[in-house]
Amino acid sequence: MIPSSGASPADRPNHTGSVAVEVEGLTVRYGELVAVRGVSFRALHGRVTAVLGPNGAGKTSTIEVCEGYRRPSDGRVRVLGLDPTTDQTRLSERMGVMLQEGGISPSARVRDTVRHYCALYGRGVDGDELVRAVGLEERAGATWRRLSGGERQRLSLALALAARPEVAFLDEPTSGVDVHGRDTIRTIVRDLAAQGCAVVLATHELDEAERLADHVVIFDRGAVIADGTLDELRRGHDEIRFRSTPEIDRDALAAATGLHASPLGGGEYRIASVPDPQVVARLTGWLAEQGHPLLDLRAGAERLEDVFRRLTSAGGDTPGATP
Amino acid sequence: MSGPLASQVRHEVQLVARNGEQLLLTLGIPVLLLVFFSTVDVLPTGTDDPIDFLAPGILALAVMSTAMVSLGIGTGFERSYHVLKRLGATPLGRGRLIAAKVASVVVVELVQFAVLVPVAFALGWSPPSPNWLLALGAVVLGSVAFAGIGLSLAGRLRGEINLAAQNGLYLVLLLLGGMVIPFDELPAVLRTVATALPSGALADVLRETLSDAGTRPATSWLVLAGWAVASPIVARRLFRFD
Repeated sequence: MIPSSGASPADRPNHTGSVAVEVEGLTVRYGELVAVRGVSFRALHGRVTAVLGPNGAGKTSTIEVCEGYRRPSDGRVRVLGLDPTTDQTRLSERMGVMLQEGGISPSARVRDTVRHYCALYGRGVDGDELVRAVGLEERAGATWRRLSGGERQRLSLALALAARPEVAFLDEPTSGVDVHGRDTIRTIVRDLAAQGCAVVLATHELDEAERLADHVVIFDRGAVIADGTLDELRRGHDEIRFRSTPEIDRDALAAATGLHASPLGGGEYRIASVPDPQVVARLTGWLAEQGHPLLDLRAGAERLEDVFRRLTSAGGDTPGATP
Repeated sequence: MSGPLASQVRHEVQLVARNGEQLLLTLGIPVLLLVFFSTVDVLPTGTDDPIDFLAPGILALAVMSTAMVSLGIGTGFERSYHVLKRLGATPLGRGRLIAAKVASVVVVELVQFAVLVPVAFALGWSPPSPNWLLALGAVVLGSVAFAGIGLSLAGRLRGEINLAAQNGLYLVLLLLGGMVIPFDELPAVLRTVATALPSGALADVLRETLSDAGTRPATSWLVLAGWAVASPIVARRLFRFD
């Protein structure tokens, strides 16, 4: 929970499920270069929307337009019903931003900085409580330059929370954060969404997106190539993945079981199949007969990382969940 | 004091007070120069007591240190570290950010004057008929002029290059600005340049208003006013928040 102080914070109705961010036909050009071409997607209140894509895919430019840092070359963007370019002051009162670069002076102390941002937003958030909420109470007197990478991320997140945001744009929130720090950040992000905030998460960490996101938007070469829930993106791509020795005879496996295994390297194999117990039994039975070890086994929906590879690799499958 | 502007002012002053290099620049060096050169009579000040020449010059130096170098270096690094970009996404807004920076310069200058003027008096400075109100006007004009120069550099150059440029300019303006070395001691070519500089103009105007000892006060007022108008315009054109 975002801690409040004194009188009731800016009480707001819970708009869970309604549209918070609406991007329609957005194009961003830098001179001759078209960084974003005709992108459309939505982010909803009470949901975590992960914006994924390789470097240079256009996600940062898109989010910077949503935050009001950049003007669109073409298209329409509305955040909380406001135009981020012309209504940035009004929008900033209700929007939390976490920059990847931090945006904090090296000599600024943790507690001072959080209190300062709470005062800038004036949304009734208690700075000291916020420091505790992100797990930095023992580092409250430390300056930014003395914080570890993970502590810096948590401080940056605290500044976004100081807005008691209705929409939050978080850029790589778990980058460089240790396991415990990640747990803290995940809890905070989930709490934010549970309170009705629309969380837009830009990240390269697919595992993190898989754990947190309700909705995924994948960018590639300036366009949105997939937009949907994780289940929608994975649909039709079930698999059985196992690890054994690198030398198994795949032809013999196919002949004996009808299962076609694709090698992934390092003794790992993938079989495109529904996660049926009988199929798994055929596979493990054959491995046992051949005396091959079973070092790892996973059956079910494709991982987000594989969805991402499939959709963003040249010549990959045509995305099924594109808007 | 509460609200976004007050909080930003407090934050700006905290950062200056916590920064050892800036304290050295804004207080340490002016006090050191004032004490050293007024007690060790090595400068050709042309006055019976060097403090009479030095005190107004060092006050001008203090204004330059704060309004140009300290503000410029701090703001330059804030650009590099994306602090300004981050603040741009808060309700503070550009207007209040600039107002906070102006206010923090005023606060630091008040502290500088509260230290330097008593030190100068203790060293024997006794201006005959000081016009403090006019001197305040000169300080305001000088602060605006120097802030414009500092922000022009800070708004364009990368952090480290800006740091070097501000320090280099500080040294040039100090040496040519009539603050510790009288204009008449400079070679003719440099003298002409020096009289057109904001540092020279401010030192001369302060010497006139406080000690009635300016060398060309009318010209200096005009030069100072010109810089106070031109440099913010240039800064506005050059400055980039990110």
